[in-house]
Amino acid sequence: MYDFASGPLVWIAMITFVVGMAVRIVWMIRTIKQDPTVVPVMTVRHSLRSIFHWLLPFGSRSMRTRPFFSGLSYAFHLCLVLLPLLCMGHAVLWHQSWGIRWWSLPPVVADVMTAVVIIAGGFFFLRRIMSPEVRNVTTWWDYVVLLIALGPFITGFVAYHQWLDYRTIIILHMISGAVWLMAIPFTWLQHMFMFFFSRAFMGSEFGAVRNARDW
Amino acid sequence: MADLADMQVVDAGLEAAVASLTPDRIERVVTSVLSGAVAGRLKLYLQTCVHCGLCADACHTYVSRNRDPDFAPVAKVQDTLAVMLKKKGRVSAEFMKNAARIAFIECGGCRRCSMYCPFGIDIATMIMTVRRICSLLGMVPQYIQDTTNSHSATSNQMWVQADDWIDTLMWQEEDAQLEVNGLRIPLDKEGAEFLYSVIAPEPKVMAQLIANMAVVMTVAEVDWTMPSGDGWDNSNMAMFSGDLEIMGRIEREHWERALELRVGSVVMGECGHAYRGAVYDGPKWLGWQGPPLPMVHAVEFYYDLLREGRIEITDKLTEPVTIQDPCNIVRGRGLHDKLRYVVHALCDNVVEMDPRNEHNYCCAAGGGVINCGPPWKLARLKSIKIKAEQLKRTGAGLCITPCHNCHHGVEDVIGHYNIDMHTSFIIELIVKQMKMPAGA
Repeated sequence: MYDFASGPLVWIAMITFVVGMAVRIVWMIRTIKQDPTVVPVMTVRHSLRSIFHWLLPFGSRSMRTRPFFSGLSYAFHLCLVLLPLLCMGHAVLWHQSWGIRWWSLPPVVADVMTAVVIIAGGFFFLRRIMSPEVRNVTTWWDYVVLLIALGPFITGFVAYHQWLDYRTIIILHMISGAVWLMAIPFTWLQHMFMFFFSRAFMGSEFGAVRNARDW
Repeated sequence: MADLADMQVVDAGLEAAVASLTPDRIERVVTSVLSGAVAGRLKLYLQTCVHCGLCADACHTYVSRNRDPDFAPVAKVQDTLAVMLKKKGRVSAEFMKNAARIAFIECGGCRRCSMYCPFGIDIATMIMTVRRICSLLGMVPQYIQDTTNSHSATSNQMWVQADDWIDTLMWQEEDAQLEVNGLRIPLDKEGAEFLYSVIAPEPKVMAQLIANMAVVMTVAEVDWTMPSGDGWDNSNMAMFSGDLEIMGRIEREHWERALELRVGSVVMGECGHAYRGAVYDGPKWLGWQGPPLPMVHAVEFYYDLLREGRIEITDKLTEPVTIQDPCNIVRGRGLHDKLRYVVHALCDNVVEMDPRNEHNYCCAAGGGVINCGPPWKLARLKSIKIKAEQLKRTGAGLCITPCHNCHHGVEDVIGHYNIDMHTSFIIELIVKQMKMPAGA
């Protein structure tokens, strides 16, 4: 099981993720090109302006109106993206597999960042239950997707602290990581990439066409 | 849950459609619209939305209706378009009636929610797509459909007949001559610098606004004209009822009239949605890159006249006034700074609403909501309690509304919520407060 999870499963997950996302993006661009109101009005400047303001912490009024949520959400996303790339355990694997030397986070920092992801994820989970406007549009599938997103972090955290049986947990960690990657093209986790497209369009529509700000 | 009183409103337009629609027809129409040009964007939006609910607080309907989650923008999309896509158009006539109420009454397409969505999802476009489907199914509130029918038959929104139009202009010319000797409203003057474009409610019910503009044009010595024939009205209710074919026809006629007269540019009166139709929606539908001539909104026009010293304000208001930022010229054109320049030139004591500029709340009348008529008036006013609170907080006695929809919408809010305030167009203040030529 360990060999499968650390070998073929990684390849299956990677290929599904890359091909799935590539197909998604190519299909989206092709269909959007048929809409005469989108591509002709897009400008690089206004696209980047909008993306910049919405990636900047508290760069939009929307974020400033709810500082706690925005701060937590920002930390969650930052840690979630950085950890898989920069945690030391992964850096060792990069090196063992392909000989790539990679900068990595000190274990204590990575540990705290993982805790941030899990705590923030727990908050998002509870928010879906507690907030009427969110619960109203949340289906069971939204909870599943959130759990898929948190899976590798929970198992990674447990594995790092060597709670429970390490070998079982590390296999679960690899499986949940593979599920995480494979889920991206098929769930709303794709906002990881699609954010840039929808933002670029809205930024252009507001900036280039309507001479207004969208943040 | 949705408001039960609203769900029991009887609208003849919707009831007639419920009686006549078959599931097959609904499926055909829904599928044809959702597989059209807009398909790519809709799928991108619906697949990317994480249902976070951050758009809710941005919506005046949601915050005004005691934060009822069914009025959150995301819920409006989930209860209409998302179901249609999921069921591949196999939805009932009753479902479509409910969708029509959501799309025509509970959302005016003000686009404020798009500024609060982290992904910039264009929720208004999705709601307008629902309206398009409704229009093709004949599932449109009766009053707004009547304005569309009027556009179709008379080229204007309010059944103004061709002779009434010219008669009204002559009558307003006479009235304005009481203010300025020898004033004329030049009709069909070829090669004029500006064509002045109004919307049908002006000749129909607010004709003095035309006289006011004639006075300003004359005092500022502007080379201007107005069209005597069809194409004078570009208030485009078909744009909001979802009848895009008629919407395009109105805009084409409007621009063709301007081109025939070989004018330099078109000045649009104080109306937000007509401006939007002429500059954005019309050209897009017609496949044009943009409008064939520049269009200047009244706010920009007054700004230029004041900056260039062509009109001079001699008498400034001292009472506290506030400003309603209309969606279609502020969120839709970024005219908030010019609007403030003009208002500050006329008033000494401006108290701003909070929030303001692009973040201001809609008046809940725009986007065709007020045009859905008396059956829906109470629903509309329940959806705009937040505006009443905003207005009250300013303590101002006058609200300046450079848009017909805002003007009537805010007037209704003032009446319904019993606020000690009245509304005014900018032109009404300018004619009272500007320096008139000697001997006028």
